[in-house]
Amino acid sequence: MNKFKLDWLILPLIGVAIILGVWAVSSATWAKDLPSPLKTWESSKPYILEPFAKRGEMDQGILRFTWYSLVLVAQGYALALIIGTPIGFCLGLSKAFTKTFDPIIQILRPVSPLAWLPLGLVLFLGTGKEAGTYGALFTIAICAMWPTVLNTAVGVRAVPQDYLNVGRVLKLSRWKTLTKILIPATLPYMFTGFRLSLGIAWLVIVAAEMLTGRPGVGGFLWQEYNALIYEHIILSIIIIGLVGFVLDRLMSLLERRFRTA
Amino acid sequence: MKPYLEISRLGKTYPTPSGAPAIIVEDFDLKISKGEFITLIGHSGCGKSTVLSMIAGLTDVTTGGIILSGKEVVGAGPDRGVVFQAPCLLPWLTAFENVMLGIDQVYYTADREERRQIAEYYLTVVGLADAMHQRPAELSQGMRQRCGIARAFALSPKMLLLDEPFGMLDSLTRYELQEVLLDLWQKDQKTALMVTHDVDEALFLSDRVVMMTNGPAATVGEILEVKFPRPRSRAQLLADPFYYELRAQLIGFLEERSHLRPLRSPATPPPQSAPPPRRRSFLSALASA
Repeated sequence: MNKFKLDWLILPLIGVAIILGVWAVSSATWAKDLPSPLKTWESSKPYILEPFAKRGEMDQGILRFTWYSLVLVAQGYALALIIGTPIGFCLGLSKAFTKTFDPIIQILRPVSPLAWLPLGLVLFLGTGKEAGTYGALFTIAICAMWPTVLNTAVGVRAVPQDYLNVGRVLKLSRWKTLTKILIPATLPYMFTGFRLSLGIAWLVIVAAEMLTGRPGVGGFLWQEYNALIYEHIILSIIIIGLVGFVLDRLMSLLERRFRTA
Repeated sequence: MKPYLEISRLGKTYPTPSGAPAIIVEDFDLKISKGEFITLIGHSGCGKSTVLSMIAGLTDVTTGGIILSGKEVVGAGPDRGVVFQAPCLLPWLTAFENVMLGIDQVYYTADREERRQIAEYYLTVVGLADAMHQRPAELSQGMRQRCGIARAFALSPKMLLLDEPFGMLDSLTRYELQEVLLDLWQKDQKTALMVTHDVDEALFLSDRVVMMTNGPAATVGEILEVKFPRPRSRAQLLADPFYYELRAQLIGFLEERSHLRPLRSPATPPPQSAPPPRRRSFLSALASA
């Protein structure tokens, strides 16, 4: 057997087997309410084998739920980038802007999504039925934008003086300095921020769906907890983890492409 | 004749946390005629790059002033083409795009095709005809600096400012690029000021070598006229005994007199009597040539 197979297939499989063993033993001994791996699989089968089925509002295939969640995340994430990137540039470029807003940013940054969501719902009370959606978007955007803001600011401050001197010698306009020098030079930092932001956006969606009861992976998880179908909690956790992992990988592929530029 | 570039009583000081400002350059006077090639030589850290940077407008002037072709220099601008030590090409643009960035600024009235031709002309002259569409990362250090030279000349500046442009190159590449530079300078009839710490480079390229005293408060020490006929060839120069005399004078200044401020400045205390010039440095200069 070659080393490649051992490292990439055998060892990870051993890891999975160990966790499954701990899980099975736990559910058989001290955590009687925890469904065993086998029971979880049997109960989850219809959701996995028919991933796009729609049997009811809160009874749909797991990928269909995932898709709902992803659409909402994409919207909130886009909002976070559109707001966060310019703020990052302002922070990086202007000392006065930094002194004015940095304390507020430092205070708002650690606030949990669970604290923002009720405020989001209140803000959009006027929209009636859609308040849940807008509240969730608001929460995703405000929680996910900080890594983008801060990394962009660091990136702008780290633009080598040499590049800026080139711009000064050529007397580039502000716009050209921004598009030809500042943005390309900051891009690798921005993408690091974008990747971290996406991770947070995905974390937030689950919390937002649990509280608003929207159909989606997080909403499904909470509903099945209330319905005492604990197998589906585990199914949801695994799916949330897998999707988060794939998103992170996709973003780091993008990040690497821009790093070489 | 009216000087093209006139630097008078130029000074640069930086505030320090201790209160007493650090004087980098003080009372720097220099007049350059149109079409002259001047090199500024001195020990590293003496402030020669600071002088160049002030002429380029990248560093603020503390005292004195700079007049280029009848106008005071305020801030940076494309009328002074700068060749930086690290070529400072933008890594996300190709060599061609790096040159075009400046051309687009200066020749904004020309159409795209004309601008492209200007960029291609200068890139070809510096020897990058086959590599102009590559990114800096794909170019050797020497090729990058060729591109830096092309970018500066392509602006059609009133004056060229070169900050140790060949300092990071191996000596063979340096010789090649010195010739590329001299060629372009002669073709375009530019006025050039170059900072260097290489004695042979200064002699090969310039009409006058301006020797700077050591910092702090560096200023012009002595000026050496280099009256070799142009166009110059390195072989011819090396066969000329006068070359070694000039070389010895330069090295003599750098080794023995660069710490002395010239007598004419009344603001500074008179220097201690200079030690008699030693024969050794002349001989060692010969030996190392």
